Amino acid sequence: MANFTVVLAQVKPKLGCVADNLALIEERIQQATAAKADLIVFPELALTGYFLKDLVPEVARRVDSPEIRRLVELSRTISIAIGFVEVTRDYRFFNSALYLEDGAIKHLHRKVYLPTYGLFDEQRYFAHGEQFRAFDTKLGRVGLLICEDMWHLSASYILAMDGATLLVCLSSSPGRGIDGESLGSANAWQQLTSTTAMFLNCRVLYCNRVGYEDGVNFWGGSEYVAPSGESLARATLLEEDMLVTTVEEGALRRERIFSPMLRDENLFVTMQELRRIKRERCL
Amino acid sequence: MAGLGVNTGLLRQLLVGFIRDEVRKVGVNKVVLGLSGGIDSALVAFIAAEALGPENVQAICMPYKTSNPESEAHARLVAQACGVSISVLPITPMVDAYFEMFPDADNMRRGNKMARERMTILFDHSALLPALVLGTSNKTELLLGYGTLYGDMASALNAIGDLYKTQVWELSEAVGIPREVVTKKPSADLWAGQTDEEELGFSYRQVDELLYRMVDLRLTRDELIMAGFEASFVDDIYKKVQNSHFKRRLPLIAKVSNRTIDRDFRYSRDWGK
Repeated sequence: MANFTVVLAQVKPKLGCVADNLALIEERIQQATAAKADLIVFPELALTGYFLKDLVPEVARRVDSPEIRRLVELSRTISIAIGFVEVTRDYRFFNSALYLEDGAIKHLHRKVYLPTYGLFDEQRYFAHGEQFRAFDTKLGRVGLLICEDMWHLSASYILAMDGATLLVCLSSSPGRGIDGESLGSANAWQQLTSTTAMFLNCRVLYCNRVGYEDGVNFWGGSEYVAPSGESLARATLLEEDMLVTTVEEGALRRERIFSPMLRDENLFVTMQELRRIKRERCL
Repeated sequence: MAGLGVNTGLLRQLLVGFIRDEVRKVGVNKVVLGLSGGIDSALVAFIAAEALGPENVQAICMPYKTSNPESEAHARLVAQACGVSISVLPITPMVDAYFEMFPDADNMRRGNKMARERMTILFDHSALLPALVLGTSNKTELLLGYGTLYGDMASALNAIGDLYKTQVWELSEAVGIPREVVTKKPSADLWAGQTDEEELGFSYRQVDELLYRMVDLRLTRDELIMAGFEASFVDDIYKKVQNSHFKRRLPLIAKVSNRTIDRDFRYSRDWGK
């Protein structure tokens, strides 16, 4: 695998305005294409905004809708990872992410872990996804995560065991906690992306949005974390940004030689114990 | 335990961003606020001036005849310090005309009337300029219900409603609000010599320590008492929060349809913005 260039598009979507957001997304795709990037990543629900509530059915799109077909078309020149509200033929609504490549849908991930606590209310509006699957792309084997998914160790673990060497997390993370050196939620996420990368010897691309919705801020801070756990590029906090960064293949190779924890991970033992736990819980 | 201390640089950036973003997205450039001469409205004026440019912030000082003359002087001082324009519109004629019909009205009714008189002036200027009305109620007041419903509690946007008074002080010092405004005793200024802390019966710093643990950290009553708070103080404050909750909510709507506003008709206010 060769090195590749990624753009993390730290945008500020307008709440419920699919056409406006699509225009913004196309503009960013053009900029990334001009910068000769191989992949552009957008945040969770970039096409719609986050606190949608009863707007969910209105802004939802089928994967064969004109807007999605347009994005698929644009992926002929650059790979695209993007979040939107998906509606299925049986009228379930998912908080979904697409990975588009060479004019085709390479992968569709439906958010499995829908936060419904504190300021979050996703399970009220969305159906939850039921799988984590890695998939092959021109840039290597990739795993997609949507925000809260990443807070469940098992999600990243499954993707890594499924062969993903690049974890791409699309996020709409609200900023809170103003007592420390940096924003509380930013600190927590930075620990999470770093630790995940380190434990699984994977690269992590984290793309978070910015802007305010009903007084809630989204903190940005999109970043590229190397398999060593080191954050090699980080976008600004709270402001729109376009982070352009090169993912170096050699860093992955070297890390997997130096710290081959993933190689030594014992899937057999893990499965055996998980089966036992499941069995015992069912008693 | 994190505590009430704040990262003032970060907090300032968040609040400036909040005003800039939430004002401009509705297609407006200006804001209007009541400048009382106290610290809360001073802080909001400073944040707003930084967010939108001082030329886009209109401050209005609305004294009543019993207001302390020092308040207007402090309001002018604050306006000058952050570069916003200020107009002074006394509310005495309107308030007195009304109470000629109710000469026996007590201080609470008079205070509420004054707060609501000021609200009508701010919202009239909202239409005139046009500008959004900025609120100046802090989290301590909002939780205790120490404010007038549809009076000083009314606004379009409130930048400091999630800051305890202790945090307002901390941020105010950091943004450079004139010393005399930061250090003076908080007062609703309804009559000469009135102070909030005397009226409430406890200090803001005391109650903030309790509220922070009770509300933000969700400590139990037993844990609060273990932490050193008097049981009667804990119970008294809990009751204040509970009994004033109606002030923090929209009016109740009798449900009869399948989609009732705010119950099963739910949209963000920034819908389409």
